[in-house]
Amino acid sequence: MPTVLRRSAAFLALIAGAGLAQAQDANLARNLAATCANCHGTNGQARGDMKPLAGLSADKIVAMLADYKSGNQPATIMHQIAKGYTDEQIRLVAGFFAAQPAKK
Amino acid sequence: MNASNPQRRRLLGVGAALAATGLAGCAGMASGPSTGRVVVVGGGYGGATAARYLKLWGNVDVTLVERNTDFVSCPISNLVLGGYKQMADITRGYDGLKAVGVKVVQGEVTAIDVAGKKVRLAGGGEIAYDRLVLSPGIDFMADQVGGLQPALDSGRIVHAWKAGPQTVALRRQLEAMPDGGVFAMFIPKAPYRCPPGPYERACVVASYLKTAKPKSKVLVLDANPEIQSKKALFEKAFKDRYEGMLEYRANAELKEVSGNIAKLDFEDVRADVLNVIPPQRGGDLARSAGLLNMNNRWVGVNWLTMESTAAPNVHVLGDATFSAPAMPKSGHMANQHAKVAAAAILQQLKGEPVSSTPVVMNTCYSYVTGRDAMHVASVHQYDATDKTFKTVPGSGGVSAAANQIEGRYALGWAENIWADSLAL
Repeated sequence: MPTVLRRSAAFLALIAGAGLAQAQDANLARNLAATCANCHGTNGQARGDMKPLAGLSADKIVAMLADYKSGNQPATIMHQIAKGYTDEQIRLVAGFFAAQPAKK
Repeated sequence: MNASNPQRRRLLGVGAALAATGLAGCAGMASGPSTGRVVVVGGGYGGATAARYLKLWGNVDVTLVERNTDFVSCPISNLVLGGYKQMADITRGYDGLKAVGVKVVQGEVTAIDVAGKKVRLAGGGEIAYDRLVLSPGIDFMADQVGGLQPALDSGRIVHAWKAGPQTVALRRQLEAMPDGGVFAMFIPKAPYRCPPGPYERACVVASYLKTAKPKSKVLVLDANPEIQSKKALFEKAFKDRYEGMLEYRANAELKEVSGNIAKLDFEDVRADVLNVIPPQRGGDLARSAGLLNMNNRWVGVNWLTMESTAAPNVHVLGDATFSAPAMPKSGHMANQHAKVAAAAILQQLKGEPVSSTPVVMNTCYSYVTGRDAMHVASVHQYDATDKTFKTVPGSGGVSAAANQIEGRYALGWAENIWADSLAL
């Protein structure tokens, strides 16, 4: 892609939000999901007591995070973290984890 | 893969440390030609994660140089001080990284040749890079407290602000302390590594003493005007759990240490065990490379790539960076920095644009006993206008109360972040 076009696309992405950014940034879902890995395991394959996300349906992940955001689902910490991500970012993260194999 | 690389072949002669690191680990991992050589210096939360994610997401040669044989976690190390965990519980190896194809070199980088794009090792070897990741952690400005450097050098005073032998030494001092003794700890002015860490330490040590040496006292001397993280929760823990045993003093500037005496502005405090957390700056290697360009203390970075604003092709992670607003110096954050850097480096090596919308987040658990913990969490989105990360309004926060459930989550966090960072 020519630099000028790339630059203007990046600018549009900024003003139009994550929807267009996604079109320009093939790794965005992967990168966003990696912010969850510290607690939920690399690629969502969690260890021990923590909740695995790999292999859950995207709709389920989106619904869980919506419930944390709204307060419908009480939590110790996830209600605070969920509010830091846009709905579009949550959709991307959910799609990424849904495509990961559950831990053997 | 790069057997014909003269740089690497020369390195093979460096010595036993390199020979023992299992270069064979890289066999069979990559598909197609490597897109570049990345050297990572420092195998803590930042560096280990960068090495791991560069291999997970890309096809690059990654060499990790770390001076210690094992990873020892600062988070959870206060539980070792309290006797609730052992060193083995917070120690992990680098075999996971080797197994995913990272070349792990046990050694010390003594100099960075930014123009020549190579690092020099103690002992004389060199490693060339296309991009360098530097995760140097912190080092101390001990000269700001009179008498501190010789006391640290002699081992009479320990900081235990880097986990490892210092952790063991402070635990031994606590074990040797008589019942009725005074454990005094000094907290430097912010910014320092792990904002809630000192207050967690005060609580966990008090928890140990309450059971083992109940006549003892914990004196917290804080150079800051107030508790720096989870303030209300720590105040509650101090009062509800340790009233009469733990005393907290704000604005307590430590001027000098002399024997077991801590000299403050207007009084001298005698301690049986004196734990001084010295004022901090970015690590020595960042300093000698001329990267401490913010207040002569921290490394300025481009938050889209984590590249130093002082040196091209050098990406700096973790506590050594000049923090974005409300961004803590934590192992969790260093891991998140590393992922931003890894994603950016792989794009840069391919000549493709880096992500313009990175996100990082932080979770820090603090124990107030050997069992109960509480958290602070934050989410930071990149702001293109101000070119920095900013916390999202309305997001993040702290626990309602310290409890056993969060104590379990804290250990779950540790298990998962260690696995994520070290490819366990």
